[in-house]
Order: sequence, then C-alpha cells, then structure tokens
Amino acid sequence: MSFVEYGDTIKDGDTAIVFLGHESMFPVKVQHGSVTQTKYGVIRHSTDLIGKKYGSKVTCSKGGWVFILHPTPELWTMNLPHRTQILYSTDISIITMMLELKPGSIVCESGTGSGSLSHALIRTVAPSGHLYTVEFHQQRAEKAREEFREHGVEHLVTVTNQDVCKNGFGVSNIADAVFLDIPSPWEAIGHAKSALKAEGGRICSFSPCIEQVQRTCLAMEEYGFTEINTLEILLRVYNVRTVSLPIPDLGKAAEDNSSPGFDSSNPSHQGSSCANLQQGTVQFKSGVPLREVVGHTGYLTFATKS
Amino acid sequence: AMEGGPGARIREGDCAVLKRDEVFKAVSVLRRRKIIFEKQWFYLDNAIGHIYGTTFEVTSGGNLQPKQEVEETTTETKEAGTDNRNIVDDGKSQKLTHDDIKALKDKGIKGQEIVQQLIENSTTFRDKTEFAQDKYIKKKKKKYEAVITIVKPSTRILSTMYYAREPGKINHLRYDTLAQMLTLGNIHAGTKMIVMETCAGLVLGAVMERMGGYGSIIQMYPGGGPVRAATSCFGFPKPFFDNLHEFPLSKVQSLLSGTFSTETLPADPEENALVEEESNGLSEEKQSSLQETEEEPATEAPMEINPTEEQDTMDINAEDVEFKENKEKENKENVREKQIKQWERRKKLKEAAALLREKNADGLIVASKFHPTPLLLSLLEFVAPSRPFVVYCQYKEPLLECYTKLRERGGVINLKLSETWLRNYQVLPDRSHPKLTMSGGGGYLLSGITVVLEKGKSDSSNSEALKVEEPSSKRCKLQDLPC
Repeated sequence: MSFVEYGDTIKDGDTAIVFLGHESMFPVKVQHGSVTQTKYGVIRHSTDLIGKKYGSKVTCSKGGWVFILHPTPELWTMNLPHRTQILYSTDISIITMMLELKPGSIVCESGTGSGSLSHALIRTVAPSGHLYTVEFHQQRAEKAREEFREHGVEHLVTVTNQDVCKNGFGVSNIADAVFLDIPSPWEAIGHAKSALKAEGGRICSFSPCIEQVQRTCLAMEEYGFTEINTLEILLRVYNVRTVSLPIPDLGKAAEDNSSPGFDSSNPSHQGSSCANLQQGTVQFKSGVPLREVVGHTGYLTFATKS
Repeated sequence: AMEGGPGARIREGDCAVLKRDEVFKAVSVLRRRKIIFEKQWFYLDNAIGHIYGTTFEVTSGGNLQPKQEVEETTTETKEAGTDNRNIVDDGKSQKLTHDDIKALKDKGIKGQEIVQQLIENSTTFRDKTEFAQDKYIKKKKKKYEAVITIVKPSTRILSTMYYAREPGKINHLRYDTLAQMLTLGNIHAGTKMIVMETCAGLVLGAVMERMGGYGSIIQMYPGGGPVRAATSCFGFPKPFFDNLHEFPLSKVQSLLSGTFSTETLPADPEENALVEEESNGLSEEKQSSLQETEEEPATEAPMEINPTEEQDTMDINAEDVEFKENKEKENKENVREKQIKQWERRKKLKEAAALLREKNADGLIVASKFHPTPLLLSLLEFVAPSRPFVVYCQYKEPLLECYTKLRERGGVINLKLSETWLRNYQVLPDRSHPKLTMSGGGGYLLSGITVVLEKGKSDSSNSEALKVEEPSSKRCKLQDLPC
C-alpha cells in the first residue's frame, strides 16, 4: 500500500484506517506485535490485520467489530493529527481542478501545515510529477517529511524549511502550479511567479479574510497575472431520513362522512407519501440538512501566469 | 506524458477553446474554416504556431493578430465626480451616433481608440465617480476591444464551457460537482476505474486526464455505443486510449449471472446514434441537442459506414463485365471488412468482460440520466472492497432511494449525500462583493466506500446498517426515523 497505489492486503508498516461506525474512524500504523485499543476491544495487528484483505471486517476482543480501510488522501484528511488548521476535501477538490493538476504536474505549495492538501496533491501528480512544499516551522516540516516517508510517497515530494516570502520555493521556471495558504500571500506572489513555468502556469491563494484577498488580487495584477478569479465553495451534506408528520384533526362536516382534501383514513389515498392509517401520520423520505454546517473556510483566488 | 519546456503550441487539427472574458467555445483548428464566436467572424489560420494562452485581436479581414501589450495610462489623476445625484440618464450624453461609430470601425480604427473617442464625446463622463468611470470604460472595452484568447482544453475549461453552453448534454453537472467526484473517487494514475456516464464523454475525459494514461478504464454504455464527443476535445495522446475499454450495460446482467456470451452484439453504433440523441436529457433540454451544429468540434470518430446496403441499390445493368467483377470483388472485400470489424468488436468485448469478471475495480463513477439505483446495485459488484464510489444525479430524490437500497444491500460504508454551493466574487479596492450565487442547480452526489460484502447474513447487515447510521440522539425530532 501507499497513498498513491492501492494494495489488496494489509502489510506490516502500512497505515490503515480503522472504521468503527458513522463518522468514527482513526488511522493506525500496522506493526507486527502491536496492539490497538478500541471501544469494541483490542485489535492484535499480527493476527487480526496483517495478511487480511483491505475492506475486511475485524472482530475485536470484546466482540464488537470494525472495518479496516485502505488509506486515501481523503480519509487521511478526515483523520490526520492536526498541527494547524487544515484544508478539507471540498476545497481540495476545486483547487485540484482549477490548477489543472494531473499525473506529471510540478506543484509548489506553502505552507505545508499538517499535510492535508500535500497528500492530495502528491496523489494527483503521481507517478511522474513532484510536489515542492515549503514550511517555515521546523518541527512541522520534519513531521511532514516523516509522514510522507511512512506513507510511501517520499520520492514524490521535497519539503523545504524556509520562509516562502523571503526565499521562495527553491525552484524556478518549472512549476505548473503554485498554491499559497499563508498569512501574507501578497508577499509571495513574486516568488510564485518565478517558480512557475514561462507560460500558462496556474496559481491559487487561500485566505480566510477578504482583506487578505484584496491585497493578494492587487499583487497578482501588479505581477501580470491574468484571469484573476475569486470564489468560495461550501459543502452541504444531507442525512437520509424517513420523516413522519402528524395529520391535523380538522374535524368533520356536520352530516357528511367524507371530508374533502387530505384524508389519512381514506384507504385509496395515493401519492408519493405512505399514510400511516393507525397513527394519522404521513411518512416520506427526505434528505435533511445537518444541524451544524460549515459556513466558511476561506476564499480561493485563482489566476494564470501569462 | 507531460509536455515540458515552453507552453504547447497551437497545431492544425487540435481541439482548441476560444475564450473571451467568461465565454468559452470549443473549435477544431482547421485552415480556411470560418469561425463565429461572440458576434465575430474570423479564420484561425494565423493562430497556428502560437503558444496556447495567446490573446488575439480580430483584424478587419477576419484574421487573427496577437494583441500587443499596451501600457495603461492610469497614473494621471482623472477628473471625477462624487456621486450621481445630478446625472440625468436621458440617453443623450453620448455625442457620437451609431453611424459615427460605424464609420470609425470601418476606417479600421482600433477598439482602444474607439473607447477613447466615446469617453471624450460623453458629456457626463467627467461627472461620474471614479468607480463609475472604471465601470464605463470596462463596459465599452468589452464591447469594442474584442480580444480572443485561445486556450488549451482541460477539465477546468471544458467543464465550465459545457455547463455554461450545453448543461443539458451533461445532466446539469456543474464543474465544482465534477471536481468533487474526481477527488472523492480518488481518481489517480494506475487504477482500474469503471465509469458510467451520459455526459457526452466529459466525465470520461476528466477521469482520463486525472489518470494520465496510466491504469485502465472500463466505460459502461447504454445502447449501441459510448458517446465521446467531449472526450476528443481534451486532445489526449493516442496511447491514452489503449487502456480504455467499453462494455454495454445490456450485457451486465448476463455477466453477473454467468450467462454472458458475445453471440449477440449490441446493435450498430450508427443505428443507435439517433436513439441516443432523442432520448438524451429531459424534454425541456431536447433543444440543446438540436443546437449541436456549431458547438461540437468536428473531431468525433466517423460512424461505421455500411457499404453492402448501398451496393444492393446500385444499377447492375452495366455492360462492362469487368466493372461487374470489380464490384463483386469490392462486395467481398466489404463483407470481409465487416467480418473483421465484428471479430474485433467481439474480441474487445471479451477483454472488457474479462476485466470486469475479476471484480477488482478500484472505483466506480456514475453520472448519467438514468436512475442511479439499478446502476449502483449492479456495477458495485465489479468493485473491490475498500474502494470509493461516487454517483451523480441531477436530482436529490433518486439518491435518497439509492442510499436506502445500498443500506439494504450492505457492503458499503461512509455513505454521504451532498451538494456543493459555489459563489464567485468581485474583488476590487473598496468594491469587493459576491458576484452571483449558484446555489442549487449543480446536482447532487452520493459517495461511499465498499467493504467486504457478507452475503446471506441478514442480521449482520442489519447491525451494520445500525452501526453506520447516525444515532437517533436526543437532538432529533420525535418524527425522524433513521432509514
């Protein structure tokens, strides 16, 4: 297994995802002799994991069971240890497409942060591309290098510990795309331009605040970028639920037994909803929005180097 | 494989995309072919050899000329007003008439100069606020300084173009929704993907772009053959198509039940092309398929021609026996050609069937006009465990049903029904605000991950369903029941 190549069976050294149930999962480093505690009991790596097919059900010591999943950048994003605020797959998706990334692309990124986007970028540019990622925090840079190694992708990425605003990305005139998620992206636009290939390179800057976006757009214009475009993308998730609504008792007309309109006691009532004759309710299936939704992550500004 | 060095150059035969502001149009780059785009007529001949991304102006002869970089004179402090309280819009503030402007155009005066003339002949220009002046100049530039950029096709460009121009052809799949599919589906190089789409081949092209020619794709298709009009627009190198297979939906049941045979091939693509067009999209979108004349680039592979039928109606009264003999020879050749073609089709079908039978695909992408449930329930059988799948539907309700049926089937976890909401912004100093909302209309996605399916254990799949459902917590209404 690696984050860029599917494997069929769990091997020693793999990073696997333990799925416990609805939105409850965590990553685990598979190792001979290791043991993982879950609320369903203990998982012994040597007997329960190694050699098993990914996607298998594993019964834990207390009798409950879990699924073991092959890692993907998306699952990693949902489960990685946060060292910083991260980008989620919704933003990552549009970034990937708008930067026109594909196998063989050369991408520059700063800051590396917790490596959420990094893993997704590496996956997309593999096997012939490369990610140059710059992180000014020494421990974070080191942690990122370690994770890329563990995940079998170190040959596809170079982590540089420096300040992108002062020293750039460490490459010139070769990148197909540059991504910025830093406090002052306008200070890095010049470096981004020099890292990008001569013509047609794409740039993206992510900023939570509109003031940052304004300064970045100005800088992009000053440096001759074209097609400058700012957008935001939000995810709306729906829970699939069967909903029952009670029918109000509107009484009956004086002598007339059949009341017009909606009558739940009428057995020939047709329609997409199924009447519950006993309880005077109507059932239907609905996609119900979540109670709490993400309202804002950041603004994404894209442009082209001409 | 990637093209390194300086940008790719426009070549004859390419599928290129014309861009003007936010408007795109895909065209075939052919010499002496008149192109209409944004109310302008021109030939692409002069563009050949230039780098993609070059911006051109249309000359009076209908030829393209690279636009010269012009220095904007922004340093002068212009005279401007503070607000519009005294500006009366009586339609008389522009002193140049239609005829005057036409005369300027006919003289060959450049758009830039025309805009300058309009400004000088506007009585209200200097009373406008700076912002209003900016807006005015932008508007006039847009009208008179017609520049066209020729861009290289990509998923980004084509999905935006299709959504704007022919959404009916792609089941109203908005480009950000497509972007989600590619990521949720973990589309990347080296995988074996199953794709089922009726989006003119746009989704297939997007998947192929993200696979970079590595790995393999099996495209499932309804009717006689897959539609790949949009796919050819991407300009993929030929090797990309070596590992692209196709398989008819009409054979899926037989494959799953083990009764598959290549004896009855699906009907000829040519015969079924008409059926495809008619049933493509919903009734209100039928118009879009009729508009097809100029929109589609002429790079679609020619349909299989059936010469033997034509031979029957030929006049065989020709006195020339040799001529007759030649015709007979030609007949035999045509029949032989047809046989070879059929044999090849059978061979390809067997290959695709063999790939599917392995039941180890790395993912499934569905984006079609069909109800998603029967597609998912059958096609998931070909996918390995612990692999993602994503299904797009223009409407939410069929996905509600699909979700429910998948729960009953078991073997899937992390089911998620979602849509994305996209908003564009205008960012200008002191004038930043959202441009337009596109909430709604982008379609819906149902995604999940496969797991090992334990058949025949009804109680375990039940508990599995309970396990993966959100617990009915105290926060839920009394009426809400998990499905």
